[in-house]
Amino acid sequence: MRRIGRFQFEPVSAPTGGWTLAVSAGAILAAFLCAGGIFWAFGVSPSRAYATVFLGTLGDARTAPEIVRQTIPLLLCGVGLLVAFRAQFWNIGAEGQLLAGAVAAAGVGLFLPLPPSLTIPAMFLAGCVAGAAWGLLPTLLRLRLEVNEVISTLMMNYIAIFAVEWLIHGPWKGQESRGFAYTDSLPQAAWLGLIPGTRIHWATLAVGLILAGGLAFFLGRTILGFQIRALGQNPAAARYAGIDPLRTTVVAMMISAGAAGLAGVGEVAGIHHKLLAPEQISLGYGYAGIIVAWLARGSPPASILTALLLGLIFTSGDVMKVTLQMPFRVTDIFNGLILFFLIGSERLLQYRVRVRKP
Amino acid sequence: MIPELILTTIVRALAVGTPLLWASLGEIYAERSGVVNLGVEGMMILGAFLAFAVAHTTGNPILGLAMAGIVGGLAALIHAFVSITLRANQYVSGLALAMLGLGLAGVLGRAYEGIPLLNTVPEVSGLTFLGVLLAAAMWFVLHHTRPGLILRSTGESPATVDALGIDVTRVRYVAVVFGGILAGVAGGFLSVAYRPSWTEGMTGGMGWIAIAIAIFAGWDPLKAVWGALFFGALYYLSFRLQTWVTPEALRMMPFAFTILVLAVTARNRRGQGAPEALGIPYTSGAR
Repeated sequence: MRRIGRFQFEPVSAPTGGWTLAVSAGAILAAFLCAGGIFWAFGVSPSRAYATVFLGTLGDARTAPEIVRQTIPLLLCGVGLLVAFRAQFWNIGAEGQLLAGAVAAAGVGLFLPLPPSLTIPAMFLAGCVAGAAWGLLPTLLRLRLEVNEVISTLMMNYIAIFAVEWLIHGPWKGQESRGFAYTDSLPQAAWLGLIPGTRIHWATLAVGLILAGGLAFFLGRTILGFQIRALGQNPAAARYAGIDPLRTTVVAMMISAGAAGLAGVGEVAGIHHKLLAPEQISLGYGYAGIIVAWLARGSPPASILTALLLGLIFTSGDVMKVTLQMPFRVTDIFNGLILFFLIGSERLLQYRVRVRKP
Repeated sequence: MIPELILTTIVRALAVGTPLLWASLGEIYAERSGVVNLGVEGMMILGAFLAFAVAHTTGNPILGLAMAGIVGGLAALIHAFVSITLRANQYVSGLALAMLGLGLAGVLGRAYEGIPLLNTVPEVSGLTFLGVLLAAAMWFVLHHTRPGLILRSTGESPATVDALGIDVTRVRYVAVVFGGILAGVAGGFLSVAYRPSWTEGMTGGMGWIAIAIAIFAGWDPLKAVWGALFFGALYYLSFRLQTWVTPEALRMMPFAFTILVLAVTARNRRGQGAPEALGIPYTSGAR
C-alpha cells in the first residue's frame, strides 16, 4: 500500500471498468498535452492546432464521416490483432497482411471473369485468404523454429510493400494509367456501395462490426477461444492441460491476418477502385491497429470505440496537413505518445485509489 | 569485371554495413542486460535528422554525429523509463518509440528536406573502423571483464545479480541508453556520410534489420561485424544488379534474407540462445 498526500493506493487483483476507463482517458489526455508541446516547438500554437483540428473534424459535417471511413480498416486490423495478442503472438505484420488482401481483391476484380453478383463476395474471400496466407509463414517459423515473430512479421510488411510496387510498375500496370504507376480501374461490379455523401463503404464497416461481436463471443464462449486465452496467459499450464500450441496459435493468427486482409479489400473496393502505391492504400492502418488492440485491453467490442479514436487521429492528420501545413507523419507522434502513456499508466490499474478523510 | 565487382561490393558493403553494425552493437548490449528495444528505427531516424540539422547549421558534421548520439540516448531513456521503471511491456514500448521517432523526425525535419550538405564525412571512414574496433572492445568487455559479467548476468538471472547487491535497474538503464547512443550515431552516419542529405523515412527499415543482426549474431558483438557486412553487401547488390533483375525484387532482398537467415540459424542456436530474462521486467523481491 502506498500513500501520496490524502490518496491511498491499495493493490487489487482486477480493476473495475470505471477505473480502467478513467486511467485510459487520462493517458490519452496526457498524450494530447505532450503532443501540444511538440506543436509549440514546431511553431504552431497548441490551442490553435487543437481548435483547427476539432473544427475541421468533428465540427465539420463534411469531414466528420471521414472519421468513420478511416475507422473501418483500423477496426478490422485492430480487432484481429487483439486475438493474436491474446495468444501472446506479436503480430506486427497487419500492414503487410492488409496489402496482401488489397492485391488479392484487385486481382479478382481485374482478371477473374465472374458474374457481377459474385465479384464482391469473391473479393472479400480472396482478400481474407491472402491476408491469412501472408501471416502463415511467420506463424510457422515461430512455432517450428522459434524465429522471433516481431521481426519476421515486420519483414513481411516490407516484402509486401515492394511486391505491390512491382505489380503496379510491372505486370499489372494499367493501359489507361499513362505514366502513373497504378492498375486499370476495377469494373463497376467490383465497387462497394457508399453511404450517400460520404466515403463510408458500409459493407466493410458491417463486416468489421460483425467481426467484433463474433470475436467477443468466440473468445468468451467457445472452447477454441478459451484455449487461445489460456495459451496467452500461461503457455506452460496450457500445454499441460492438453492445449495444442501449434493449432491454437495458427487459428489466432489466421483470424488476425485474415481480418487485416479484409481491411485491404475494403480500401481497394470501397475507396480507390484500383491497386496503387502501397503508402496510398494504407496510411499505416496496420501499425495503428496495434494501438486499437492494446487500448481495447483485449475486448473486441471495446475495439470499436478505440478504432473510432484512432480514426479521429488519422482524420486530424489530414486536416493538419491541409490547414497547418504539417506533414501527415504527425499522426505517428500521436500514436507513439498514446502508446507510451497507455502502457506507462498500466500499473495504476493494479491499485484502487481511496481518498482518506483528513 | 568480376574482381572489380567483388572489390566494389566489399567497399560498398563496408559503407552500408557501418550504420547496421553500430545499431546492432547497441541492441546487443541492451538485450544482454535483458531489455529488448524495438525502437532502433525511431532512434536511428532521430539521429539522422539531428545530425543533418546540426551539420547543416554549424557546418560541422562531427558535431552532428555527436548530437545524433545524444538524441539517440535520450530516446532510449524514454524506453528505459517505461519498460524498466514502470515495468511496461518492452515490445509495445519499443514500437511506440519507433512510431514517435519517425513522427518527430518527419515533422521537425520538413524544413531540411532536399538541402544538400556541404561538409560531409567520407563514407568508409573512421566510423567504419571505429565500429569494428568497438565490436572487438565490446566483445572483450562482455567476456573478460567484471562489468561484462555483470551485464551478462543481469540478462540471464537478474535476481542473482540483485542478491549480490548490484542494482539491476541501473545496469539496465546504462545498457539501454548506451544502445540508444550507438543507434543515434548509426542514424547520423546515414545523413552526413552515406547519403549526405535528409529525407523523411530515410532509414527505410535498417533499424529492424539491425535488431535481426543482433539475434542471429547470437548476441555476440564480433559476429555482428559479419552480419553487418553481409547485409551491407546485400544492400549494395540490390542496387547494382538492377540491370538484370527488376528493382522491386532487389529492394525486397535484404528483408527476405532477414527472414531466411533467422530461419536457417534458428536451429543451431537452441540452448545457447537469447538471454534467459530477455523481455521480462524485474521486480526486486518478487518470485
